[in-house]
Amino acid sequence: MIAWTIYITFAGAIVLLVLPRVFARWIALVTATAGFAVSLATFFCDDVDLAHFTTIVRVAWVPALGMNYHLALDGISLTLVLVTGIVALSAVLFSWDVIDRANEFFFWLLLVVGGSYGVFLSADLFLLFLFYELVIVPKYFLIAIFGSTNKEYGAMKLTLYSFFGGALVFLGIIAAYVSGGSLDLNQLAQFQFAPQLQSWAFPILFLGFAVLAGIWPLHTWAPTGHVAAPTAGSMLLAGIVMKLGAYAALRVAMNLFPQGFQMWRTWIAVLAVIGIVYAAAVALRQRDLKFVIGYSSVSHMGFVLLGLATANVFGVSGAVLQMFSHGVIGALLFAVAGRMIYRRTHTRELDALAGMDLRHALPFAAFTFVIASAASMGIPGFSGFAAEITILIGAWKSYPLAVWITGAGMVLVAAFTLRALKRAFFDVDGESAAPSSASAARTDARQMPAPPAQITSSAERSIHLEPITIPEKLGAGLLMFATLAVGLYPKFLLDRIQPAVEAMRFLK
Amino acid sequence: MVGLISIVILIPLAGAIALYIGQPKNARTVALIFNALSAFYAAMLWQKFDATASGLQIVERHAWIPSIGAEYLVGVDGLSLLLVLLTSLVFPFAFSAQRIERGACALMLVMQAALYGTFTAQNFVLWFLFYEMTLVPAFLLIKIYGGENRDYAAVKFFVYTFLGSVAMLLAFLGIYFAKGTFDFAALAGLGKGGLLAGKLQWLAFAGIFLGLAVKVPLFPFHTWLPDAYQTAPTGVSMVLTGALSKMGVYGFIRLLVPLFPNEIKIAGPWLLALVICSIVLAPLAAWAQRDLKRMIAYLSINHLGYCLLGLFAITARSTSSLIDMHAALSGVFLQIFNHGLTAAALFYFVGLLEQRRGLRGIDDFGGLMQRTPLLCGWMSVAMFSSLGLPGLNGFVGEFLIFKGSFATAASFTAIAVLGLLFTAVTFMRAMQALFSGPLAESCGGFSDLVRGEKFVIVPVTLLMFAIGISPQFIFNIFNATVVQMARLFA
Repeated sequence: MIAWTIYITFAGAIVLLVLPRVFARWIALVTATAGFAVSLATFFCDDVDLAHFTTIVRVAWVPALGMNYHLALDGISLTLVLVTGIVALSAVLFSWDVIDRANEFFFWLLLVVGGSYGVFLSADLFLLFLFYELVIVPKYFLIAIFGSTNKEYGAMKLTLYSFFGGALVFLGIIAAYVSGGSLDLNQLAQFQFAPQLQSWAFPILFLGFAVLAGIWPLHTWAPTGHVAAPTAGSMLLAGIVMKLGAYAALRVAMNLFPQGFQMWRTWIAVLAVIGIVYAAAVALRQRDLKFVIGYSSVSHMGFVLLGLATANVFGVSGAVLQMFSHGVIGALLFAVAGRMIYRRTHTRELDALAGMDLRHALPFAAFTFVIASAASMGIPGFSGFAAEITILIGAWKSYPLAVWITGAGMVLVAAFTLRALKRAFFDVDGESAAPSSASAARTDARQMPAPPAQITSSAERSIHLEPITIPEKLGAGLLMFATLAVGLYPKFLLDRIQPAVEAMRFLK
Repeated sequence: MVGLISIVILIPLAGAIALYIGQPKNARTVALIFNALSAFYAAMLWQKFDATASGLQIVERHAWIPSIGAEYLVGVDGLSLLLVLLTSLVFPFAFSAQRIERGACALMLVMQAALYGTFTAQNFVLWFLFYEMTLVPAFLLIKIYGGENRDYAAVKFFVYTFLGSVAMLLAFLGIYFAKGTFDFAALAGLGKGGLLAGKLQWLAFAGIFLGLAVKVPLFPFHTWLPDAYQTAPTGVSMVLTGALSKMGVYGFIRLLVPLFPNEIKIAGPWLLALVICSIVLAPLAAWAQRDLKRMIAYLSINHLGYCLLGLFAITARSTSSLIDMHAALSGVFLQIFNHGLTAAALFYFVGLLEQRRGLRGIDDFGGLMQRTPLLCGWMSVAMFSSLGLPGLNGFVGEFLIFKGSFATAASFTAIAVLGLLFTAVTFMRAMQALFSGPLAESCGGFSDLVRGEKFVIVPVTLLMFAIGISPQFIFNIFNATVVQMARLFA
């Protein structure tokens, strides 16, 4: 049944091209909802074996060359399919205001989503790579056509990084195919690759995938890409696309080449820890709200990589949980920054936002951002905490030193998140101790188009900001519910993730 | 009694004569009618072709010049049929690219006939006749109908190719005097034991290699190509890259490798090194070009390099297993077809841009996405196909080639992956310069695709997707031939 997520999404994309533009967003909504519903239904379906990568569809494709259309499912895949469904649905809801070339916009959006479902469910290396690369093109167009700041640069950088990663992956896949004699992931996972081959094929394959997961120092596409992308684009990038890299690194690189993984995992941990701390430190100095969130994505993905590098059940399960968690939280943060704030104020500069008193102008946005920030900082009760604590427990067993450094990194994460939250919504300058009538005076005249004298109270100032719409509330509600639900009851996901992780070869 | 293959060869010739005598007003329409006819007969050929049988089929054999062992011997196997189909596809595509004069139409039809002949002839004398028959029309088309710098380009093209041909002819004469046959199948059977004695063998090898390497072209014999492709009219560029360049690769597969298996093994690493240069350096050169046609021309060198990579990788070592050989050969065949389709499409699109703007420098355009979304969209598909994006035709062929080559020549193959990356960079840069950014003033009056253009582009693009998603129908054409050739090469 879960295979229908792929078919429905691609079918929706094609229907979009055929029907007139007025239907575009409704078709996208129906498609995304259907995909989400299918993944949710599978999630609550008990008779699925989630401990093993169980085949659900297998059709010969190019039999002479051993290529099959082969889909399979285990707890890891299902978790990621679920987060894809959630993020896709909320991305459509947050794109409800896209009018210009809406068909095309939702077409590209659904292609990214469909390709991602495909990657998470592929059990054939060729098929996986096909879906993986298929996601690159729509990403480029989403950003290059519909993006904002510096969009051509961001789109190009992201695409070139993706192609670079793709070339490495290509080489690694060929190496696995040639020596393993099969493209079937389950068969390859049984095959004993020569240690010498593993020692070089693993880093190539892992690095190729990790580019998309934002591994330091190959992360620089992520902040610029996120900033340049339209809101839904950033949500998909942070929420889904970065997970593609991490998922494939786990499913393909680590599972096929366990010995290579053992040889290199310390280096992965080092890069991951540097990524966590470095990105958080950089985020602390950003002036653009989306850049802050972009770097926070890199930092959070560093946790995923650290979890993978631990090579024990806790760390890897935590990494998968963190993929889910960051997918939801990253999407939520970008939704607030891109749709709720930027579409209304036309600025993301923290200094400019500080003068707008957004907490009164957009109370719902403020509320959402507080929740998202809390989740992002790893406050207990939200999914971020559950994931990161699981990763750190795992890391404690493998790399105690990394836990200490990462702990410092988490302080930085809290620092930059709080700074962004405060500057964007709650800033009160020293001189504005006076009541609200004087609050206008503190507004920086350079940033505000209207002369401060005309604005006497925050309530009046907020008039020109249109209120938060219903679709935005629905989308934000969905994401907030997801992060809270998993935060309060992580067992719900972990029960499905852990058996699948235990079946992975590098743990045996 | 004229056989089916002869009909396919003769139809374009008849078309050329009809154009010459009849002097019709709309020469292009007449040419397209003859194209449709030959395509119809090519399709009949495909239909009659038994895909499960190996070896030559639908053979026609007539005595021709018995005293020198020259026969009129034509027949098709999977590879020949594939190339006949490709030719039937590329020519109508090229004719629809732009309005061309009667003379040019006639010359192109002559070239088409010669190509059909080249891909089906199974006797060296006949093959060489057709092979050379393509040269003169191509030369004239560039020389008379070309753009700027056409004299230089035409002469360079002619001299290069002709020198290669002479070297090849000498080599074959030597072989003939030693073995007394011109028949491809017979020569291939003799290849294992060595055709000539001692040094002569190497001379013959070098001569044939040179002739074919110029035609493909392979680094460092490629310098005629950018000049020729750049200056030729759009339709001619499409044919040059889509069909004519395949003669070289076809020659490598049909002649050089079967005839000189031992020499290939000895020279293998050097050949592979040249191929790697083609694959890696050509896209770098393309990256540096400002002229779109030149850029695509350089990328053509890169794509044909993949064909030769697959071919040399499996034949240069005796260790390659049959499975890898099957993969690599299937990949090479598919890549031949794909490149014909995709490169022609790219030239077609550049032609469309040139028609609208009058120039084709990469800097002469900008922001086209706003003005002509359809043109940009379909052109992007062709570009993505060319850079080997999964889901489109280019990827399948390249994947198989890399898979097959990796087993025997891992390090060379690993370096060749760089070529993929550079190609991607080149195309992305071109796309960005053409499609995005602010709309260039000079492009303000552009019209998007008109109906006739859509009518051409949509089927070609659909074919790209079809091959990318379900390549099996193409594999079916040459599966038996691949198995047979792998056995021959092993």
